[in-house]
Amino acid sequence: MWLPRTDRSLVGRWWWTIDRVTLFALMMLIVVGFVLTLAASPPVATRLNQDQFHFFRRQLVFLLPALVVVFAVSLAPLAGIRRLALAGLAAAFVLMVMTLFSGQEIKGAHRWLYMLGLSIQPSEFVKPCFAVVAGWLLAEARRGAFWLGYPIAALIWTAIIGVLFLQPDVGMAVVVTAVFGAQLFIAGLPMLLVGAALCLAVLGGAAAYSLLPHVASRVDRFLDPSGGGDNYQIERAMEAFQAGGLFGRGPGDGAVKSILPDAHTDFVFAVAGEEYGFAACLLILALFAFIVFRGLGRVLAESNLFVMLAGTGLITQFGLQAVINMGVNLRLMPTKGMTLPFISYGGSSLLALALGMGMLLALTRRRPRVGEAE
Amino acid sequence: MKVLFRKPRSRARPCTPADLRAAEPFVQLDGAVKHAVETGRNRVVIAAAVFGLCFLALAGRLADLMLFRGGIESSPTRTAGLSAAVEQLPAVKRAPIVDRNGVLLAVNLRSVALAADPRKLMDPREAATKLARLFPELNRARLEEELRSDKGFVYVRRNLAPAEQQAVNRLGIPGLSFHPEEKRVYPQGSLAVHAVGYTDIDGKGIAGAEQALDQRLRDPARMQEPVRLSIDIRVQHALRDEIAQAMKTYSAIGGAGIVLDVRTGEVAALVSLPDFEPLERGTAPADSRFNRMTLGVYEMGSTFKTFALAMALDAGTVGLNGGYDASHPIKISRFTISDDHPKNRWLSTAEIYQYSSNIGAAKMAVDVGPAGQRAFMDRMGMLRRAAIELPEIGAPLYPRRWGTIETMTIAYGHGISVSPLQTASGIAAVVNGGLLMPATLLRREAGEPVPVQRVLKPRTSDIMRRLMRLVVAEGTGTRADAQGYMVGGKTGTAEKAGAGGYKRKSLLTSFVSAFPMHDPRYVVIAILDEPKGTKETHGFATAGWNAAPTVGKIIPRIAPILGVVPVASDAPGVREALMLPPPVPASQERKVASF
Repeated sequence: MWLPRTDRSLVGRWWWTIDRVTLFALMMLIVVGFVLTLAASPPVATRLNQDQFHFFRRQLVFLLPALVVVFAVSLAPLAGIRRLALAGLAAAFVLMVMTLFSGQEIKGAHRWLYMLGLSIQPSEFVKPCFAVVAGWLLAEARRGAFWLGYPIAALIWTAIIGVLFLQPDVGMAVVVTAVFGAQLFIAGLPMLLVGAALCLAVLGGAAAYSLLPHVASRVDRFLDPSGGGDNYQIERAMEAFQAGGLFGRGPGDGAVKSILPDAHTDFVFAVAGEEYGFAACLLILALFAFIVFRGLGRVLAESNLFVMLAGTGLITQFGLQAVINMGVNLRLMPTKGMTLPFISYGGSSLLALALGMGMLLALTRRRPRVGEAE
Repeated sequence: MKVLFRKPRSRARPCTPADLRAAEPFVQLDGAVKHAVETGRNRVVIAAAVFGLCFLALAGRLADLMLFRGGIESSPTRTAGLSAAVEQLPAVKRAPIVDRNGVLLAVNLRSVALAADPRKLMDPREAATKLARLFPELNRARLEEELRSDKGFVYVRRNLAPAEQQAVNRLGIPGLSFHPEEKRVYPQGSLAVHAVGYTDIDGKGIAGAEQALDQRLRDPARMQEPVRLSIDIRVQHALRDEIAQAMKTYSAIGGAGIVLDVRTGEVAALVSLPDFEPLERGTAPADSRFNRMTLGVYEMGSTFKTFALAMALDAGTVGLNGGYDASHPIKISRFTISDDHPKNRWLSTAEIYQYSSNIGAAKMAVDVGPAGQRAFMDRMGMLRRAAIELPEIGAPLYPRRWGTIETMTIAYGHGISVSPLQTASGIAAVVNGGLLMPATLLRREAGEPVPVQRVLKPRTSDIMRRLMRLVVAEGTGTRADAQGYMVGGKTGTAEKAGAGGYKRKSLLTSFVSAFPMHDPRYVVIAILDEPKGTKETHGFATAGWNAAPTVGKIIPRIAPILGVVPVASDAPGVREALMLPPPVPASQERKVASF
C-alpha cells in the first residue's frame, strides 16, 4: 500500500507520519500471539470440555476489532487522544466500580463484567487511559499552566487503586502505580522524593506481604521452592524451558500445555519455550525490547511534555507487563498473574492493548513544527 | 471538570490541533518548560536503562535455562518423562540410599495416585461399589459421599501398584484419572530403620540419615548418585538378630547394639530394639521410634572403669605394678562405696579391672583428681554430643559440681550419663592406639583421611588391650569369649535411675568389647534394658550373664563377614601381644601392707 508522498488525505498523512517500524513490530507480535494461542489453547479447551479451537476462535473474533482500534486511534490528533483517554477512563472506571457489585466471582476475585454476551475486564482499559490522562495533568502542572494537575492526578490514582484493592487485583494495582510512578519520575519529581517513593514502595511490598496471606505464600514459595507449598505451575514451566533447548521440541510436540491450567494465558511463554525453543523466546523478547526502546527513543526526541509523559506511561505499562510475565515464567520473580501483551489469550487484554498502542502511535506521529512546510 | 478543561486551554493551549500551527519553535521554549523537557529527557534515558537491564536479565535467564539447563543435568528420564504424552513422569526427587556394598536401603519408586472428578462420574454409587471391591480398605459409604460432592478433584487412593492401575482401568469408569507420584520404599524394612530413618508422605526426611542428609538426598545435581552408608546390611542383620534373641531370652524391654570400625569410625551396624516398619512410622509406638543407641543417655556402670584405668595409666598415677587396698568399703559423707564381687584385700591394677572393683576404681580416680578426670572425660568426647549423621543425638548429662564424690562414682560409671554411641567411640580410642575419631554413618573410601585426635599414649592403649582381654579370658566377661577372635571387653551393670533413686530390679546391662584384641578391628557393644534372670543364669541378671554371652554369639557371626581371620590363642605373636607380666612386686607389697 504505497502512498505517494504528496497524498494529503487523512490516510495519506497518517502513512507518512506514523511510526511504521513500531507498527510492523506490533503486527508481528500479534501474529506470534495467534500462532501461540493456536499452539497452547487446544489442550486447555479440551480439558474444559470445549471444542479444541474454542479459545482460538474467540481470540479471532477480537482480532479485527483490535486492528481497527489500533488504526483508528492512531489517526487521532493529540487533542482527540486526550478526549478519548478522558472519556475512556471515565467509562472504564464506572464499569470497574460495577464489577464490585454485579461482577461474577472468578478464582476469588470480582474483576469481570458480562456485557453483550462478552466478558470484559474494565481495569484493562483503565490502565492506558489513565496513563494518558495522568501524562496530560502532569504536563500541564509541570508547565505551570494548571497547578491542580498533581493533586487531581493523585486523586484519580487513589480512586483506581482503591477499587483495584477491593476487587482484589493487587497485580493490576502494582502496574498502575508503577506506571504513574514512572510518569512522576519523568515529570521531574525531586530525587529526594524519588528516593522516598522507592522506600514507600518497599514498605508497601512489606505491608502486602504481612497483610495479604496469598501474597506472603507466593513470595515464600518463590524464595524457598523446596519448603512445601504448591509450585506446580512454575515447576512444570521450568521443565518446559529445559526441554525446549535451542530449537524446541517442534510445533505441537510440547507436553506442558496439556498439564498447565494457564498454558494459554499467563504461561504461554513457557509453551513457546518448549515448542519453539530458545530462538523463538529470544525473538519474542527482542520484539518487546525493540518496541520499548523504539518508543522511548521517539519520546526522547519529543519536545512536547504531554507527549513525553503520556508516551512514557504507555510504553512503561506495555514493557512492565512483558517483563513481569516473562520474569514469572522464568522464575525470576514470585508468581503473579500477568498477561504477556498481545501473546496471551484474552479479549479484553487484546483490545485494551490495541487502544494503548494506538494512542502511543498517535502520540509519536511526526508532527511538523513551525517553520517546516505544512 | 469544566475548570480542568478550560484553564490549560485558555492559557497555554498545549497540544490542540491548533498547536500544529501555533506551537512555539523548539529553540524558543520558555525557560521553565525547556528545563522540564531537559529533565524529562534525562530521566527517560534512565528509564530506558532500567528496561535495558530487565531485558538483559531475561535474555540471560533464557540462555541459562534453555541452553545451559539452569545447572540441572538433562537426563534421559527427565526428557522422556515430558515427551510421553500419556504419562508425564517427573524424574525421581530423592537419591537412593545404599549400604556399604551397594545393597538398596531406600529408593524412590514411581507410582500413580488414583483420583476422581466427581463432576464427570456418571454413577457415583456404582463407581464407589466397584472401587471398594477392588480396594477393600476403602470405606464404600464414605467414598460414595466423596464422589457425590461437587468437587473437581478427589483422591481415591495413593500409590497404586501397576497391577492395581491395570485393574482400575479394566473397571472402565469414566471420570477417574491417574497422577504420577513417588513413593519412598525401604526394601530392608525395619532392619536398619534407626540408621536409615524415613521420610514423610511428601518425601522430606524426618528421621535418621534421611533427615540428617536431606539436603544431599534432594540435591538435583547428585540425584543419580546413591548415598552410600557405612552400614553393612549383613552385619546389621546378624547384630539385630542376636540382640532380638537376647531380648527374648532374658525378657528385656529393650536392646541396642553397635559395630564400629576402630580404624575409621565407620558404623558397620547400629541396632535399637524394639523397632518398627518404616511404612508404619505413623502408628509405631514412641518407644520403638526411640533410638537407644544414639538418643538415649545412660549411666553405663562398670564399663566406665575402662576409662578410669586408661586415665590413671595415661596420667602415670598408677602402673601395672601398683594397686589399691580394697579390703574395706569407702565411706564418704553419707555414701558407702562397696564392691559387688568383694575380695576384701589389696588388689593390683589388673585385678581391680578384672574383678570390677568399685573401691579400687574410685581410689584410682581420686589420685588423678576431679580436674584431671573432667579434662580426661572431655578429651574422650564424653561431655559433648556425639558427632554422627543422625538427628537423634542425646546430650550427655554430667555433674556441674565435679568434686571428690563425683570423681569416685564417675570412675565406675555412675553420676554421668552418655549415649552408648559415645561409649563406643571412646572404647575405640582406648584400643586403637589412642586415637579418637568421630563415628560416621557414611562409608569412607579407602585412603580417605580420617580426622583423628590423639587422646591416649600408645603405651596406655597397649596395656588396656591386655587388660580387656584379661576380663574375657579370666574375669567377669568369660561368656563373651568367642573362640579364635581374641575378644576383649568389660561388663557393666547399672541400676536404672527412677523416681526417688536407683531401682534395684531395673538394670541396664552392657558389654563393651573389641576384637581381635591383639590387633583390634571392631568395637562391639551389646546393651539390654531391664533383662531378667533365667534358670540358665541361676537367676542372675548382671551383664556377665546376658550382655556378655550375646556379644559372644555376635562376634563369630560377624567376623567372617567383616573379614577378620580367627587365630590360635597360643600363636606366638598373639600371646606376646596379650601377655600380662605377673604382678610379682605387688605380692611383696601386699605382705607389707597386711602386717
